[in-house]
Amino acid sequence: MPLPRLIPCLDVAGGRVVKGVRFQQLRDMGDPVELGEAYSEAGADELVFLDIGATVEDRKTLVDLVRRVAARLAIPFTVGGGVRAVGDAEALLEAGADKVAVNSAALAQPELLTALAERLGSQAVVLAIDATGGEVRSHAGSRAVDRRAVEWAREGEERGAGEILLTSIDTDGTRDGYDLGLTREVAEAVSVPVIASGGAGSAAHVAAALDVAQAALLAFILHENPARLESLRSELRDLGVPLRDAG
Amino acid sequence: MCEYGAGNVRSVLVACERLGVDARATGDPDEVERADLAVLPGVGSARSAMEGLAARGLDDALRERVAVGRPTLGICLGLQLALEWSDEDGGVRGLALLTGRAARLQHGRVPRIGWARVEPGGEEFYFAHSFAAETPAATATSEGVVAVAESDGFLGVQFHPEKSGRAGARFLERCLSPA
Repeated sequence: MPLPRLIPCLDVAGGRVVKGVRFQQLRDMGDPVELGEAYSEAGADELVFLDIGATVEDRKTLVDLVRRVAARLAIPFTVGGGVRAVGDAEALLEAGADKVAVNSAALAQPELLTALAERLGSQAVVLAIDATGGEVRSHAGSRAVDRRAVEWAREGEERGAGEILLTSIDTDGTRDGYDLGLTREVAEAVSVPVIASGGAGSAAHVAAALDVAQAALLAFILHENPARLESLRSELRDLGVPLRDAG
Repeated sequence: MCEYGAGNVRSVLVACERLGVDARATGDPDEVERADLAVLPGVGSARSAMEGLAARGLDDALRERVAVGRPTLGICLGLQLALEWSDEDGGVRGLALLTGRAARLQHGRVPRIGWARVEPGGEEFYFAHSFAAETPAATATSEGVVAVAESDGFLGVQFHPEKSGRAGARFLERCLSPA
């Protein structure tokens, strides 16, 4: 198995990185181009960029921003938010993204996952799932969906998703630790890699998440001080987590 | 840099530019045949990629340049396309620059995504693949998977040097130095 991955996540709205608590009370955390480059240099294993305002912002602005972020990265780059068609995904890849994450659009039309996988390959298709109490929510957590996260993850894999990005709304932004129960349940249900998301507050939280998932998403814990990534990596190594040598 | 409608051409271009190399994406077979170094990047599925190459005449251009020993680098799907055959998409005939075939990964979580050590060398690179090369031309492996294969002028890597941070930049620099 490849090494566990630490993945800083830039939630972007209005061209700025923002972060909330349980998807609410968004705060400005900085410029995505600068933060992305800082994380790439500081040893991030990948970078995720989620355009959380994608339903209102126009695609061209997003693609331009993705292009500027990608130009500064030497690590894999996943972009999500507002991907509704294969053409949207191709525009993002052409701009320098390596993978696209789909969430609400896949719930509305699950066959989109298959179309994306056929065109881009499964390794470029990330199914992002936001869940509360094990139930899936769509539209950045605002709408209830009649699906269990575990079942949706399994269906997503069958339809062609190559990774599952599982965000627990219950733990998002709380710094109280990841939702290990749900993450374990999903990881056991699928055979594609799972990225745990929501709740990182300490190295011990991240280590616990990497025990059940193949990667951990990080946001709040880093954005106030991107240099924290380097100390976090060494704390994780001290906890016995085998991370890559980023030198 | 072969542009054929299936690839992360931009990522490879950005990485080359960062190293100060004059790199250009092109779908012109003459240009591909004559370049000091040709790069065949690739993500996506084997069938549509081979069709994209053939539609532009890039398949012959690549065969011609490898036949006369001009350095050519295949990345990820670019390595798998260089083989004689891929099991992907129900079976696809490859460029046959290397003997062997691409077969679906049987162990661990698939796609195999993440950083893994490559031996010999001991450096870690980023992988993202569901199929892997089975070839006598292998010269390096990662967790039992063929990571590098080479013969004559062709060098194929399963990992993504353009996405592999400093280790990847060092690798690309070594590839680009004779060019």
